[in-house]
Amino acid sequence: MSEDEREWPLWEVFVRGKRGLSHTHAGSVHAADEQMALRNARDLYTRRNEGVSLWVVPSAAITASSPDEKDAFFDPAADKIYRHPTFYYVPDGVEHL
Amino acid sequence: MNATLTPSDVATYAMRLGDDALVLSQRLAEWCSRSPEIEEDLAMANIALDLLGQARMLLTYAGALEGQGRDEDALAYLRTERQFANLRIVELENVDFAVTIARQLLFSTYQLALYDRLLESSDEQLAGVAGKAVKEVAYHRDHATQWTLRLGDGTEESHRRMQAGLEQVWPFAEEMFATDELTDRLSKAGVGVDPSGLRAEWDEYLDRVLSEATLERPETEWHPSGGRDGVHGEAFGYLIAEMQSLHRSFPGASW
Repeated sequence: MSEDEREWPLWEVFVRGKRGLSHTHAGSVHAADEQMALRNARDLYTRRNEGVSLWVVPSAAITASSPDEKDAFFDPAADKIYRHPTFYYVPDGVEHL
Repeated sequence: MNATLTPSDVATYAMRLGDDALVLSQRLAEWCSRSPEIEEDLAMANIALDLLGQARMLLTYAGALEGQGRDEDALAYLRTERQFANLRIVELENVDFAVTIARQLLFSTYQLALYDRLLESSDEQLAGVAGKAVKEVAYHRDHATQWTLRLGDGTEESHRRMQAGLEQVWPFAEEMFATDELTDRLSKAGVGVDPSGLRAEWDEYLDRVLSEATLERPETEWHPSGGRDGVHGEAFGYLIAEMQSLHRSFPGASW
């Protein structure tokens, strides 16, 4: 067995904070399976009262954009300021929009 | 407070429970930087810190009831070996990961059942400590259970070592359920828990976990005891020497 195969697989950890926001990536843990990953994540990422919900996802299951594709993926959005909702007049007296 | 009880009875009781938590915390802390995986390092340290928190509350309370001006530090750092009233099982050496897990499984199953009943204590302080600790210990038991299942029902080697771990700590389980004159009076008064009453629940849980983990329940005639009376094993002297050395060298040191 190679050195790599003896290591526990990597899992990405997502934590949801108390304020009912969405889960946010917090980091990663090593674990033999999903139950151990969940417990390791609990010990590593929620010990200072950071969360009320945890997800663990096998790192291998994540498809990530590649740095080589950065220009094609993200540059076209840079000069399209009209996609931001900044062209409205906010009537006087409206505090929350 | 009940007429048959004195504050010093409750102080002794709180000190027993506090010493169990303190000594196990110190033992588990020895895994720091030595666990098989960094994630497990954190898990052990977290459990140790939970126990240390329980010990601090219980020893502070014991010191206050005792009325001799001893705080948690005085009780933890300035008592001698024979003055500690912890169970023998919590002072057992870690040896290897499987022995540590076996000790955790046996003790946290007992401690969870104990705190669960202590929630009903007529002593508000003890009930309060139990209320905080019961959730922590439920996690400790879960951690030990998960590992017992993995190691017991894992490879041939992990099974062999988990079984050996159980054989090593099993004789020390008996002491957890022993009653004495103090526990009799405290349980009758509704302040403390009758430890013999925890046995059935403990047996049922252990049998279930061991059978799922394909492990054998050890048989033993040898039941070491004496911890509650301050009689400890050889390894305990080294444990408290290390725990107390800083405070004894630099009294009152803080950072």
